[in-house]
Amino acid sequence: MSKPYNNKAWFFILPVFACVAFSAILPLMTVVNYSVQDIISPTKSVFVGLEWFRQTMRDSELHDALLRQVIFSLCVLLLQIPLGVALALAMPSKGWKSSAALVILSMPLLIPWNVVGTIWQIFGRADIGLGGHTLSALGVAYNYTASPIDAWLTVLLMDVWHWTPLVALLGFAGLRSIPDAYYQAAQIDGAGRWAVFRYIQLPKMRGVLTIAVLLRFMDSFMIYTEPFVVTGGGPGNSTTFLSQYLTQKAVGQFDLGPAAAFSLIYFLIILLFCFVLYSWMQSAGSGSKSAVETPP
Amino acid sequence: MARIEFQGVGHAYSAHPAQPSDYALQPMNMVWEDGGAYALLGPSGCGKSTLLNIISGLLSPSHGQVLFDGKAMNHILPRDRNIAQVFQFPVLYDTMSVFDNLAFPLRNRKVGEKEVRHRVHEIAEMLGMTGQLRQRAAGMPADAKQKISLGRGLVRKDVGAILFDEPLTVIDPHLKWQLRHQLKQIHQQLRLTLIYVTHDQTEALTFADEVVVMTDGKIVQQGGPDALFARPGHTFVGYFIGSPGMNFFPITLAVDDAVEISGQRLAVGAATMAALRAANGKLCLGIRPEFVALAEPGAPGALLADITAVQYLGVCTLLTGAIAGLPVKAKVDSGIRVSAGRHWLRLVRPETIFFCNDERILL
Amino acid sequence: MNGANRLPRAMMLAAYVAFTMIPLYWMVNTSLKTNEEITSVFSLWPRALTWSNYHTIFTDPSWYSGYLNSMLYVAMNTVFSLLVALPAAYGFSRYRFLGDKHMFFWLLTNRMTPPAVFLLPFFQLYSTVGLMDTHLAVALSHMLFNVPLAVWILEGFMSGISSEIDETAYIDGFSFPHFFIRIFLPLIKAGVGVTAFFCFMFSWVELLLARTLTSVNAKPIGAIMTRTVSASGMDWGTLAAAGVLTLLPGMLVIWFVRNHVAKGFAMGRV
Repeated sequence: MSKPYNNKAWFFILPVFACVAFSAILPLMTVVNYSVQDIISPTKSVFVGLEWFRQTMRDSELHDALLRQVIFSLCVLLLQIPLGVALALAMPSKGWKSSAALVILSMPLLIPWNVVGTIWQIFGRADIGLGGHTLSALGVAYNYTASPIDAWLTVLLMDVWHWTPLVALLGFAGLRSIPDAYYQAAQIDGAGRWAVFRYIQLPKMRGVLTIAVLLRFMDSFMIYTEPFVVTGGGPGNSTTFLSQYLTQKAVGQFDLGPAAAFSLIYFLIILLFCFVLYSWMQSAGSGSKSAVETPP
Repeated sequence: MARIEFQGVGHAYSAHPAQPSDYALQPMNMVWEDGGAYALLGPSGCGKSTLLNIISGLLSPSHGQVLFDGKAMNHILPRDRNIAQVFQFPVLYDTMSVFDNLAFPLRNRKVGEKEVRHRVHEIAEMLGMTGQLRQRAAGMPADAKQKISLGRGLVRKDVGAILFDEPLTVIDPHLKWQLRHQLKQIHQQLRLTLIYVTHDQTEALTFADEVVVMTDGKIVQQGGPDALFARPGHTFVGYFIGSPGMNFFPITLAVDDAVEISGQRLAVGAATMAALRAANGKLCLGIRPEFVALAEPGAPGALLADITAVQYLGVCTLLTGAIAGLPVKAKVDSGIRVSAGRHWLRLVRPETIFFCNDERILL
Repeated sequence: MNGANRLPRAMMLAAYVAFTMIPLYWMVNTSLKTNEEITSVFSLWPRALTWSNYHTIFTDPSWYSGYLNSMLYVAMNTVFSLLVALPAAYGFSRYRFLGDKHMFFWLLTNRMTPPAVFLLPFFQLYSTVGLMDTHLAVALSHMLFNVPLAVWILEGFMSGISSEIDETAYIDGFSFPHFFIRIFLPLIKAGVGVTAFFCFMFSWVELLLARTLTSVNAKPIGAIMTRTVSASGMDWGTLAAAGVLTLLPGMLVIWFVRNHVAKGFAMGRV
């Protein structure tokens, strides 16, 4: 389907443009403004150029938070993508069992994020929680408020519980779009289970998996509410990731200038990664879309 | 090589089929001779894909026995039968090169690399794809992809039959004849049994030595293209084959031994008359447009028709009209100049077929 | 796609379903106990089953208003996002124009903004226009990430409809609004459903912006729950009950769109 060139299409885009500009450009301009000012009082501010950026880059606490964030996001991807794909393969493709599995699996996705934190708080505490209590009964010294390792494990497990269904749902949709003929041809060609996965299912799921990796990386990089509710960033600052660090600086300490500078750097990191991934997705996609393959 | 036999093979999706309509494929006996080129022709939903999948083993029939060279095959997996199947749209392993695609079935069966290379090159040459072996399969045009699909079937030495499920559906029209030609060449070279499913009669009639016409889950006739054209055994064959299909006129026998079409008398030969009288059921006269001829007014075996459209088609002239309200088409020589209006058309000719309950009456 | 490995797959699925349900079951369990029982005895089901926690929530306005507020701004956001995204998606799917690819990517980048970055600017912006502590403010602010997603998904669905339908309607003399509402929209109803589902989902679950932009009148249920956490004496029972109640709208929504979810994921932009 070749699309005609028509600049009047901008009329269709205008409402969206206006909305998002209001929600995004205005605040962004504010942030940029703050990032180059020293705000001494509500009425007095001094232009300081790139001072805040330099300070932010030197901030060792920021470096720690960034490192924690990167490790967290990597762990998230390493755990959730394979697990989600495995789930997608395990789900029945049709019938009432399929609907039931979809509904149950989707539930964690629709829980307000603070409630997710609450659920895991109630579950993980040694005094009132099933998880915490069972572990103590088994002799494991588990306390996420005291031990950084336990706090990390809890937060990771919570994130897996919360977001793996998204990967699974995307993977499931990708699998459903594979026509039966591929599996039939594989049967005739004598391909085993692993070969079917490697040469048919995985390549056909490439689109959905890229989206899954993109979404999971972005969202895990921005995570705030869930760990905040469970551990509050602690013990100490062992589970303080970037968003929390930023919020602390901006709202807690009211250091608007440095906070704004950091915000911009934060935003740019995500943007860069996503631009790279998006471009790769586009170019990889166009390679395999050259002929019409889908059946009528 | 494979001689495939069906003994009472049928398939129903429900557990206890009661009537014919419960069957996707009605139980049948059939032999597919070794090295034959067959076309399975029929409209959508007639059961031809079901039949094909039973042969390839992708579907296990609910009734009957499938035999390959005398061996019972019902529970043998597709990979262990010596068949290959080409589907409606190209089925390829996108991440692999053309070479690896062709090599795949061999490597799955643990064939040595030297042998693999040898076979792949052999088949690539047969298909005219030797120069493209190192290219990625995903980026090729549809007809090349179908050739690769076909190649995957040919590459196995033990393949005895190749099954095609409407394989030219996504191919551009001007490339279709090229692929069909190549298929015929391969057939002559390798003498494999080829079974080709299609709903396109031109494809079926040009490709196959023997055409099997199906409708509603059963085979209505099988034979060479000329037999199907000139001597259809069933009204469906008459209707489906030929473009346009056969003209049909329900006939009644008048009290005084005459044949009538919508009240108009029609003269038929004595032998025909005897057969019609002996027949018990719904009677019908069929004649192909190619054999309907213009006649003198009142000529024997002719009736008055109202011709409403005259189309000059180059090779012939197509007349469209009605006889006593029943539609009729005639193809006459393009040299004859005809205008719309009332003309006499001869319907009773040597090529005319009479049907009783949709089955041909043998005279 | 069947065969010998159905059992391990079924077992894996069952294990994961159990993993999903256990923390939820625990929360339900906790919600039906009194605080005394929660902190003193460890029990797999309530020894003294009580509905008092739910009772508190249904009768105390400072609790149930949270639900009403949340549902209101989520509904507003879904409607606004759809209204604005539908024409935009149509423009992207049917035409090429100056800056179209860049515009599309820019839209997506808004989905990628950490809400924390915009916390303070939003606070100031909405205070300035006098929309602080209104449902409208939260609905509008959530459009930041929902509109790009809506455009993304809807464009995917719309591209699946051949433009010949547009042309036919134009030739038949239909006005554009008539064509769009009466002919086009019904064709993409699955897409609209899926988009509404995602708008609902991401707006319903978001807390940071919702809490920042509200104080009393439009306070979402999430903010009220976190208030409980910092209050003296953990009111675990009521907290758990509040949590259970937040599951319900989500479950209802999934149930209604269950048939479209997989289809929607597949057809939109994948």
